[in-house]
Amino acid sequence: MSKDIRIKKGLDLKLKGDAEKVVSVVSRSKVYAINPSDFNGVTPKMVVKEGAKVKAGEIIFYSKNDESVKFVSPVSGTIQEIKRGEKRVILQILITADSQDIHLEHSKKNLKDLSSQEVKEQLLASGCWPFINQRPYDVIANSADTPKAIFVSAYASAPLTADVDFVLENKTEAFQAGIDALAKLTSGKVHLSLKGKEKSALENISGVSIHKVFGPHPAGNVGVQISKIDPINAGDRVWTVAPQDVATIGEFFLTGKFNATKTIALSGSEVKDAQYYTLISGAQISDLVAGKIKGDNVRIISGDIFTGNKVTQNGFLGFYSNTVTVIPEGNEYRMFGWMPFASPSIHSAQRTGLSWLMPGKKYAPNTNLNGEERALVVTGEMENVMPLDIYPMQLLKACIANDIDKMENLGIYEVAPEDFALIDYTNTSKLEAQVIIRKALNLMIKEVG
Amino acid sequence: MKFLRDKIDQIKKPFGKGEKFEKFAPAINALDTFLYVPNHTTHKGAHIRDAVDLKRTMITVILALVPALIFGMYNAGLQHFSQIEGSDMTFMPLFLFGLWKILPMIIVSYGVGLAIEFVFAIYRGHEVNEGYLVTGLLIPMIMPIDLPLWMLALSVVFAVVIGKEAFGGTGMNILNPALVARAFAFFAYPTFMSGDKVWVADATTVDGISGETILGKLAAGKEVGYNTMDMFGGYIPGSVAETSTLWILVGAAILIITGVASWRIIVSGFIGAAIMALGFEAWGANALMSFGLNHLVVGGLAFGVVFMATDPVSGAQTNTGKLIYGFLIGVFGILIRVFNPAYPEGIMLAILLLNVFAPTIDHYVIQSNVNRRKKRANVNQLKTA
Repeated sequence: MSKDIRIKKGLDLKLKGDAEKVVSVVSRSKVYAINPSDFNGVTPKMVVKEGAKVKAGEIIFYSKNDESVKFVSPVSGTIQEIKRGEKRVILQILITADSQDIHLEHSKKNLKDLSSQEVKEQLLASGCWPFINQRPYDVIANSADTPKAIFVSAYASAPLTADVDFVLENKTEAFQAGIDALAKLTSGKVHLSLKGKEKSALENISGVSIHKVFGPHPAGNVGVQISKIDPINAGDRVWTVAPQDVATIGEFFLTGKFNATKTIALSGSEVKDAQYYTLISGAQISDLVAGKIKGDNVRIISGDIFTGNKVTQNGFLGFYSNTVTVIPEGNEYRMFGWMPFASPSIHSAQRTGLSWLMPGKKYAPNTNLNGEERALVVTGEMENVMPLDIYPMQLLKACIANDIDKMENLGIYEVAPEDFALIDYTNTSKLEAQVIIRKALNLMIKEVG
Repeated sequence: MKFLRDKIDQIKKPFGKGEKFEKFAPAINALDTFLYVPNHTTHKGAHIRDAVDLKRTMITVILALVPALIFGMYNAGLQHFSQIEGSDMTFMPLFLFGLWKILPMIIVSYGVGLAIEFVFAIYRGHEVNEGYLVTGLLIPMIMPIDLPLWMLALSVVFAVVIGKEAFGGTGMNILNPALVARAFAFFAYPTFMSGDKVWVADATTVDGISGETILGKLAAGKEVGYNTMDMFGGYIPGSVAETSTLWILVGAAILIITGVASWRIIVSGFIGAAIMALGFEAWGANALMSFGLNHLVVGGLAFGVVFMATDPVSGAQTNTGKLIYGFLIGVFGILIRVFNPAYPEGIMLAILLLNVFAPTIDHYVIQSNVNRRKKRANVNQLKTA
């Protein structure tokens, strides 16, 4: 049964620098990297040493807390360096790539003949498992669980992000195989949400319950869709997978190879000729952006403008990133910028700016905080961008106070940091809501599990 | 512009990290950030931020107060010259008379209040919050014009230290600080805060004038002597800037259009007061009761509902809570007026009372959300069991 999802609260920010729907291939990087910090709550345990030769798809490390969850090399090459930080925490694993990939071959099996347990084992062994995330807590799924449902959001509603339909244009078969594999893992349904207004090739995918989503960002956030389709209660487990990762999972079952190649959008106001690129996960950012950036005072973000990570040219594409955004840095002073209706070139969701009078205007925001952090004074503004049935300010206060009972009561199980991204953006007090929610979720994992 | 920026950076140097005057950085930052939005960039969370900040929000409130303040200055002159000197004058000299009277009050209020704020900011090591910019203007606007400046200063000290900083500063206070100042002055110096001599400038120098507020007259059983339009326009004695419902409504429009104040509180406040006023009119046991909807345009009701009740820190925080909170302020405001002949102006006490109850109102609103969540979980367990 399909159910339309309509939300009203939220904000569609119109930004300059959308990627044109053209794909080019990025030439192979010399070095690829895996950053364990991409995986929330995972403490890596290395399997290979520096200098070891690895094939693409070969295990590099596993998770200390759940040893069956393995992380594999995106390319074939040599382990160049294992960078460690304080207390020998592994920060980054650098792999010098061979000129061509040799994949670790898994035996190809027909999905139809596999049991749920066998599918799980295949996913774990192949390195596809980290694509599967769990709610609550927004961490990699526990391989011992059976979720009550699996959700795939094929609607990227955040600004400047890769268009899902376009990215999956030639991967429908793999996507279908991925869905078939996921369907074996849940006792319930696999839910696929599509952008409401547009025709999508994914409408013909079978074995899923399809939902059309209407409304402003964060309508595309999988957490918002979950809350409308089948909300999470205390003790529930649901899983989420990003659409391109579903296709990667499907491709693995079709070919027996883990293929880390993905199509990403390079977008943002500081990008010359923003468009789509195909590259391998973990590629060096400089290989992607070289010669394509306008200014020299820019912020490069692996991920979208609201939830991504800041990277440098020497950094690497994140495991879950399907967008790289480049915007100007905002480390400059602005005279009298705080006056009401001043600086019309900077968007404001509040009516103390002029943006609400110019609904069609496109903006090129920089990274300036546009003010300083203050005590929480203004009320009611967070509710305007929060489509979930929760009280965001009260939940944030409970999180700041580490009050677990209150957090449970106010719906901590239903949220992920990304659901608070717009609150980061709009709140007058410049509170960093996503950071607070992430810390609170980590606390919940420790205390409640 | 570059020159000015360089100059400021040079002045700020001794206040930097690890420098001699590091402790006093909040003070110099507060001044600098009024000239420039600082060069701070995002580090975690969303990489871009809205143009709004607390300064912009607070300045919008001040803009909304300006019409009522200018009229208040004009009215101060009008009351003085028409009641005491008996002369007719044009707008400008009347306004200048009021300005001359009221400006010192504003200066004292800001001077004393901001000094305390700066001290606490330096002491606690956080930046100076902009909240007092509004409070500091509100306080003189709700005082009688002849209040001695030292009493005003003392009220400000009480409001900021006991009303706000004792609770942890901006965002933590339970009561509206401006009303705390007024309540302090009212109970500490009652002879300067009520009666028939305090509302018109220099009234104490002359015998036998009727400088009472409308509500004072009603309570004393005297003729009102003004028609509804005069009262709505604000050509009546009263606290500095609370007399003109017309200009207060202009301020309310600014607050509602910009979304700075909650329309829910303002609208439900007026509705609560109107229902109560009509109810008492039907009862009609005394002059205060029979006053009917005129209650809405006299005294501090409009000013209180528009500028005081909407303080987001001391008011209700949930949308449903705001409707209940505003409504009850209207109801209690009129109730206290009518049933307390000793002190007919009830809106101040009604707001302070509801400030105290706002967290309770919010608690029940939020609890319904919590219960809904628990119920959903229970239904689910039953299904799977």
